Amino acid sequence: MAQIAHFDIHYDRFLNEAGEVEQPLPEFAKDTQTLLSLYKNMVYTRVYDQRAIALQRTGQMGTYASILGQEAIGAGVGHAMQRQDILAPSYREGGVQFFRGVKPSELFLYWGGDERGMNFNESRQDFPVAIPIASQACHAVGAAYAMRLRKQPAVVVCMLGDGGTSKGDFYESMNVAGSMQLPVIFVVSNNQWAISVRRTDQSSCDTLAQKAIAGGMPGQQIDGNDVIAVRHYVSSALERARTGDGPSLIEAMTYRLGDHTTADDAKRYRSQEEVDLQHKKEPVGRLRNYLIANNLWNDDKEQALIAKCEEQIETEVEIYLATEVQPAKSMFDHLYATLPKSLQWQRAQLPGEE
Amino acid sequence: MNEITLIEAVNRALAYELAHDDSMVVMGEDVGVNGGVFRATDGLQARFGRERVFDTPLAETVIAGMSVGMAAQGLRPVAEIQFMGFIYSTIDQILNHASRLRNRTRGRLSCPMVLRAPFGGGIHAPEHHSESTEALFAHIPGLRVVIPSSPSRAYGLLLAAIRDPDPVVFLEPKRIYRLNKQAVEDNGEALPLDSCFVLRPGADLTVVSWGAMIHECQQAAELAAEAGVDIELIDLATIKPLDMETILESVGRTGRCVIVHEAARNCGVGAEIAARLAEEGLMSLMAPVRRVTGYDTVMPLFRLEEHYMPSTARILQAVNETMEYV
Repeated sequence: MAQIAHFDIHYDRFLNEAGEVEQPLPEFAKDTQTLLSLYKNMVYTRVYDQRAIALQRTGQMGTYASILGQEAIGAGVGHAMQRQDILAPSYREGGVQFFRGVKPSELFLYWGGDERGMNFNESRQDFPVAIPIASQACHAVGAAYAMRLRKQPAVVVCMLGDGGTSKGDFYESMNVAGSMQLPVIFVVSNNQWAISVRRTDQSSCDTLAQKAIAGGMPGQQIDGNDVIAVRHYVSSALERARTGDGPSLIEAMTYRLGDHTTADDAKRYRSQEEVDLQHKKEPVGRLRNYLIANNLWNDDKEQALIAKCEEQIETEVEIYLATEVQPAKSMFDHLYATLPKSLQWQRAQLPGEE
Repeated sequence: MNEITLIEAVNRALAYELAHDDSMVVMGEDVGVNGGVFRATDGLQARFGRERVFDTPLAETVIAGMSVGMAAQGLRPVAEIQFMGFIYSTIDQILNHASRLRNRTRGRLSCPMVLRAPFGGGIHAPEHHSESTEALFAHIPGLRVVIPSSPSRAYGLLLAAIRDPDPVVFLEPKRIYRLNKQAVEDNGEALPLDSCFVLRPGADLTVVSWGAMIHECQQAAELAAEAGVDIELIDLATIKPLDMETILESVGRTGRCVIVHEAARNCGVGAEIAARLAEEGLMSLMAPVRRVTGYDTVMPLFRLEEHYMPSTARILQAVNETMEYV
């Protein structure tokens, strides 16, 4: 029997789990400011994440999905994107959104039960988070079609998790993106768990990256806890899409160190030993080790950065907590561009002035 | 006089708007070279190019979801679902995204898309090709559901749907795609959404219907007139949101109402109209509101479909019983 097609899936990283360089770094990583910018975003995201959980635990916010352990993906993707690009995120992508200009107070507001948290002041063409898993993949290809039709030099970034790659939405969108060669990239944050279902129980594929092949595009796997690898390969994928060479997929290997959400208890389905092992691979400490080893960082700077992040996040918390509840009638305000006459009597039944 | 069928009116409205709005695109399965299985998009790709009129892969979820993404970024996608029987996998995208994107983002993003689909029975089609499930969509907040009943209303309502700033599910009664012809001037004039059309004024009894069933209702009204019963016939046209004002005003005068729809009875749109008449028009009713509908069965394959669908005789019987009620 003749072999008629051949596919390879490659894996790469630059920093190992101890933060040691495994191979020559890409050009951007020689710029200290870039590395510090990535690091600061990761620390900022972690401080935000801790504060969000605390807000939920103290009854000041609703259910929240933690980012802990996945900060390198957010930082790398967010830093690689250009302003005019469009993000179609899942619900664990605060780090990317911060680079996009979204404010923690907006995300607090969203998780705190207020639609205004999706009305970002910046990156106003970005999609809000998609809670129905992988449904945003369809939006991403549609947005990419719009970009190409209007000859805008923008690329759409679809972010989803390992569980999302089991959905039909994902396969259908990959297939469209490939067949139409659209300017879109798919970043799969493979954090090993779809709530309580292990990656290996989710799919018998050796990699999730290989699912790209069926969509007619290249796929590769990277160490998603190495922010240099994320930034490098996402930039390459964006550049490829921007210059008309079509879509691609990146499977970023990471681990969800926290519960699925604050409503979940991961102890029901995974061992503490497994989580402890993964803590040794987490991304923030990895880059910190690299920075310290290269005399770009020290304990004083670390303490100062954490203090600054905490102060900034606290200001955002205050903005969130001081945001008054929307008037009850506002549930009708954006139902349609203009509220149909036939619904006005229902709006009138709600309390509040006209 | 240039008379055209309903399907030709759909084609004409699509062509008019493609010519006048650069942001509009037409997409779906077989809508390109083939011009759609019913020819709704015939000739459009040749005229407007493959970028603006294009075939999608055979995948309804992404047809709807892609439309959401396009609409959110300022395009006006008009997507065809080949038959309503294949529309159900789009409900996630319609309910979770299209109909609520404006609300979720407090107006930052919106979703001016149209999902067109032929629906309804009566053409001896294969399984899954004959259902009328408009009520599923009528339940969704933030959405419009529009159903034309004639070539002129297909032209004017489709233009209105495309220009509407919010998502519209536009259901085309395929039984009357080529049933009759009407003069439809290609002047780009839209008809109003969210409004019923009074097709025939009358004093004795109000019949409310939509889509292909308007044809049987008109026949019933003519036969009733011969027997001295003066029927007012209302074409609902926009199924959601519901223009109850027109219906209440009519029933306020006639005191009697028969609702006719091809869809199954339970939780059909007729149930909502009857409930609203009970809530807001009870004092003007001189007889119970009656519904003539499909049965709460699976739509039978076509050997039995004529028994499923409301006939002129069934409508007339309901009219007569409502008139005789004292």
